[in-house]
Amino acid sequence: MLEIRDLHVKFHDRDREAVSGVSLHIEDGEILGLVGESGSGKSVTAMSIAGLLPRRQCDYTGEILLDGKDLLHADRAELRKLHGKEIGVVFQEPMSSMDPLMKIGEQVEEVLLIHTKLTKEERRRMALEAMAAVELADPEAVYDKYPHELSGGMLQRAMIAAAIVIKPRLLLLDEPTTALDVTIQAQILDLLKKLNRESGISMLFISHNLNVVRKLCRRVAVMQRGVLVEEGETETVFHHPQHPYTQRLVAAIPTRCRKEDQP
Amino acid sequence: MKYAAKRIATLLVTMVVVSFLAFVAFDLISGDPAEMMLGTEATPEALAALREEMGLNRPLVVRYGDWLLGFVTGDLGMSYDYYQPVGELLAPKILVTLCLSLLSFVIITVISIPLGIWSAQRSGGLFGAVHTTGNQLFMAIPPFFTGMILSWVFGTILHWFTPGAFPGLTNVPVALKHLLFASVAIAIPRIAMTGRMLRSTIRSEQRKSYVRTAISRGNDRGAVLRRHVLKNALVPVVTFLAQTMAEIVAGGIVVEQVFGIPGLGRMLVVSIANRDYPVVQAIVVILAFWVVLAGTVADLVNARIDPRLQLGGDA
Amino acid sequence: MKKTSMNGYLAAGLILTGVLVLLIVAGYFWTPYDPNAMSVGPKFAKPSLQYLLGTDNFGRDIFSRVMKGAGTTFAIAVATVVIGAVFGTLLGALTGYFGGLADAVLMRLGDILTAFPSILLAMVIISIMGPGKTVNVVLALGLVFIPSFARVTRTAYAGLRDANYVKSARLMGASSARILWVHILPNIMQVLLPAITIGFNNAVLAEASMSYLGIGVTPPDASMGYMLSEAQGMFGAAPWYALGTGFFMVLLIFGVGLIGESLQRRDGEVD
Repeated sequence: MLEIRDLHVKFHDRDREAVSGVSLHIEDGEILGLVGESGSGKSVTAMSIAGLLPRRQCDYTGEILLDGKDLLHADRAELRKLHGKEIGVVFQEPMSSMDPLMKIGEQVEEVLLIHTKLTKEERRRMALEAMAAVELADPEAVYDKYPHELSGGMLQRAMIAAAIVIKPRLLLLDEPTTALDVTIQAQILDLLKKLNRESGISMLFISHNLNVVRKLCRRVAVMQRGVLVEEGETETVFHHPQHPYTQRLVAAIPTRCRKEDQP
Repeated sequence: MKYAAKRIATLLVTMVVVSFLAFVAFDLISGDPAEMMLGTEATPEALAALREEMGLNRPLVVRYGDWLLGFVTGDLGMSYDYYQPVGELLAPKILVTLCLSLLSFVIITVISIPLGIWSAQRSGGLFGAVHTTGNQLFMAIPPFFTGMILSWVFGTILHWFTPGAFPGLTNVPVALKHLLFASVAIAIPRIAMTGRMLRSTIRSEQRKSYVRTAISRGNDRGAVLRRHVLKNALVPVVTFLAQTMAEIVAGGIVVEQVFGIPGLGRMLVVSIANRDYPVVQAIVVILAFWVVLAGTVADLVNARIDPRLQLGGDA
Repeated sequence: MKKTSMNGYLAAGLILTGVLVLLIVAGYFWTPYDPNAMSVGPKFAKPSLQYLLGTDNFGRDIFSRVMKGAGTTFAIAVATVVIGAVFGTLLGALTGYFGGLADAVLMRLGDILTAFPSILLAMVIISIMGPGKTVNVVLALGLVFIPSFARVTRTAYAGLRDANYVKSARLMGASSARILWVHILPNIMQVLLPAITIGFNNAVLAEASMSYLGIGVTPPDASMGYMLSEAQGMFGAAPWYALGTGFFMVLLIFGVGLIGESLQRRDGEVD
C-alpha cells in the first residue's frame, strides 16, 4: 500500500544527505519496523511520508506512493486531505505533542472536525469509542480533561486514539514509547499489536531500539547515516545480521533479552 | 472558583497595603492639616480646636481605618485648595479619565492584535528589519510629543477641535474628538509594544511540537493558528495588556495636560504643585487600585484560558 | 544574514546615539550661541544655516537650547540609571544569592511596585519630597528604578547560584563578595545591559514628562520636557522649536532602543 522509491532528502544547512536513496514498502495490515540511531534519517523518512518536511529548507527527490499516489510532490492542499485522514502520526513526547490548552476529547476528535461533516454528537461518540479502543479507563471523564491532568502513558494512548479515530490506512509511530517507562512501554506495544490485529491498520514503527521493534514487527529495516543497510524478517535479521552496523545493534542488546522468545 | 476567591482576597490585601503605605507617606509629609487650613497666623487655641474636630490626635492606625472607611463610602476628606470635599471634586474627573483610558485601551487592542498576528506570519530579512526598526521608532515617540503634534495639526490648523476647550462629557461629539486624539497619542507607542510582543509570542508558539501534531491532522496554516496557536499565545498578551492599562493611566496624566482635558491626571499635577495632599492622596490611591485591579482581572482571565494556572502559585 | 542584521541594529544604534551624545557632551562646553541669551537673532527665525533649528519668541537660538536642555535630561537619565542599577543590582545579588525570608518579602514588594508605571511612582515621591528641584527628580526616579533592576538581577543571580563554576569557586574558598562581584556579575551582563538601555529610555521619558508638567526640572535648568512645554505655546509661530526638541528626544530614545534590541537577542534569533 505504501511504497518509497529512491528517496533523497538534503537539508540546505547540512553537507550530508539526511536520507540518501531509501526504498521501502509496507504491505496492507503490516507493521514495519524502522531502526537506527538518532541522525540515521529514520525520522526524516517518516516526516517525508507524513508531509511534515520543511519543503523550503531542503531538496528532495524520489517517490512516496500511497496506493499509487505520490505524496512527496503533492501540493499542500492535496496533502492536507490525506494528513490525519489516510495517515495518522504519533510522536515521541506525548506531553509536548498535545495542545496544552485543549481538552483531550477535542484533540482526539479534531481529525473528524477537519475531514468529516459529522455532527458534534457523532464526533464525540466516535472519540469516546476510540478512547475506549486504546483502553483509556473512563473515557467520559478523560474527554473533559486537559493534558497536564494525565500521565505520560495515558497521554500517549490519547494520542493514538486521536490518530486512529478516523481509521486511517497507515499509522506512523515515531518513537512512541521512548519517553515512557518500561511497564507503560510494554502496555503500549501490546495495544498497538491489538489495534493492528483487530482493525488491520498498517503501521510504520520507528525506534532506536531493535529489541522493542522485535516485539512488534514481523519485518524490519535498519538505517544508518541516511542509508538503508539491511531489511528483512525481524527474526532473520536478529539472528543473522548481515551488515556490521546491524551486528553492532544486536550485540548491544543484553543477552538475557536476546534469548527471550519472540512473543 | 477557589482560585478566583484566592485571587480576589490577594487583591483586597494588596489594596489595603498600598493604601496604608500611601496614607502613612502622606501623613508624614503633609505636616499639620489644621495649620494648612487656617494658615500660620492662627491662634493655638483655634488650631487645637480644629485638630480635635478633625480627629488628628488619634493614633495612626485608627485614623487610617477611619480614612479607609471614608474612602470606600466616598468620603475622601477636604481639599486644602478648593475648600470642597475631595469626592465631589474628583467624581467628574474620574469619569473623564475612565473614558480616556478605556478608549485608549480599545484602540490599542483593536489595532495591535491584528497587527501582531499579521506580522507573525511574515518573516525574513527585509520585513524583519523594517518591522523591528519601525517598532523601535514608534516606541520612542513620547505620547505628549505626539499629542502636541496632533493638537497642532487637527486643532490649530484643521480646526477639528479646540485644544484646551474640553466641553465636558455631556457634549458627546466634541468631547469624543478631544478624547480620541488624546487616546491616539497614548496608544501609538503601546500599539508598537503590544504588536511586537504578540508577534514574538506567536512565533515561539509556532515552533512548539503541538503545532506539528496539528499539521499532521490536516489543519492548514490558518486553522493551526485559530485552533491552537492563538489561544496558547494569549496568556502573556493578557498579562501585557494589564500592564498596558497601567501605562495608559501614566500616559494619561501627561496627555491630559497636553490637550487640556480635565481628568484625574491634570488634577494630580495641579495638586502636587499646590501641595494639596488630600487630593494627591486620593488620586494616587484611586490610580493604584485601578492598576492592581487590572492585574487581577488579567490573572482571572488567564486562569480561564489556561487551567494550569489555577494549580500552583498563590498569586 | 541573521548575524549582519543583528550587528546592523547595534551599529545603527551606536552611530545614532554616538552622534547625539557627542552633541550633548559638546553642549556642556560650547554651544553656537548662549542658550539663554535673548535676541541673539530675530524672533521666530526659521531654521537656517545660521540658526540650525531657528529661534523662539525671545530670539534665542533653539539649537543651542536643545544641546543644553538635552544635556540636563541626559545627565538626569544617566544619574537615575546609575542609582537604579547600582542599588538594584546590589539588592538583587544579595537576595538572589542568599535567598531566605528577606528575599521573599522584598521580591513580593518589588512585584507590587513594578506593577505601577514608573512615572506615577516618581510623581508620588516628588510630591512627598517637594516638586521643582532637580535633585529630587534624580532621587525620585532613581528610587523608582531600583525594584526593576533588582528583579532582573535577582533572577539571574538565583539562576547562577548553583552553577558548577560558582560551586567550584566556593570550594576553592572564594569569599561571598568575590563570588558575587567577580564570578557572577560578568555573567549576568547579558540581562543587565538591556535592562540599562530600557531603564535609560524610561528615565528620559519620565524626566521629560515631569518637567513638561512643571513638577520636574524648572528654569533656569531647562530640560527637554520643560522646553517642550514652552514650545507648545508657540507651536503655531515656531513649530521648529517643538519639532526640533521632540525629534532630538525621539532619536535619542530610538538609538538607545536599537542598542538594547541588539543586546537583548544574540543567539541566532530571527526577525
